[in-house]
Amino acid sequence: MTVYLFAILGFFAILSALMVVLTKNPIHSILYLVLTFFAIAGEYVLLNAQFLAIVNIIVYAGAIMVLFLFVVMLLNLNEETEPHKSVLRKLIAVIAAGLLLVVLVGSLKGADNMSIKPFSQNTGLIENLGKVLFNDFLLPFEVSAVLFLAAMVGAVMLGKKDIK
Amino acid sequence: MMNQAIHTIPLDWYTLLSSILFCIGVMGVLFRRNAIIIFMSIELMLNAVNLLLVAFSAYHNDAAGQVFVFFTMAVAAAEIAVGLAILVVVYRNTKSTDIDVLNRLKG
Repeated sequence: MTVYLFAILGFFAILSALMVVLTKNPIHSILYLVLTFFAIAGEYVLLNAQFLAIVNIIVYAGAIMVLFLFVVMLLNLNEETEPHKSVLRKLIAVIAAGLLLVVLVGSLKGADNMSIKPFSQNTGLIENLGKVLFNDFLLPFEVSAVLFLAAMVGAVMLGKKDIK
Repeated sequence: MMNQAIHTIPLDWYTLLSSILFCIGVMGVLFRRNAIIIFMSIELMLNAVNLLLVAFSAYHNDAAGQVFVFFTMAVAAAEIAVGLAILVVVYRNTKSTDIDVLNRLKG
């Protein structure tokens, strides 16, 4: 049962990821990317990481994709404005990505043999994650708040029409 | 049921799935010229790495991996906000999102 779920979700993730790259219209690309994120969130649930599944949907499928959609509509992009690449460059891209896949699969094979601990039910639950986040990772958490502030100021400054 | 899920699916399958997703992202960066699609491919690569981190975290029973994924998402959100702002400025100046237009820094 869970094996089938894994296979179906993985199939959907790979298929929609391919469509993100291959489809011509940027709006369709964004919608396929949302589908990919939902499939990946499903894989998180299978791994018993419910908190990250919810955060993945809220942050990626919610906030980031709306930002993308907003920018695409703001810039009025569609199929006609899509720049074209030569066939040779597309062929080179596919070959390079395929070679990288071969290298990655070859080097990551046998990760199974590493010491796998007995499964604990509450590793990915919000209570356990919160304890780790606010005990061991408190400083990085606060630093990420500064990062957000810097990103916000940077985005506003870049968006201004005339910077005195 | 979840207890069985960890033990019926080998860890190699998760490494395979996230490798494939990562390579599709790399292909997208090389394949397309639209800067927005390239951004999306970068998001795809980040998600592939996140999936791998969560898988290893669950199999090794270590919550630090999942906290790291949380930070990755935070940094990705900040990166996208700034990146799209840069893209809007580029579009305002060149009237296109084609990355091949952006070769003025070439000597």
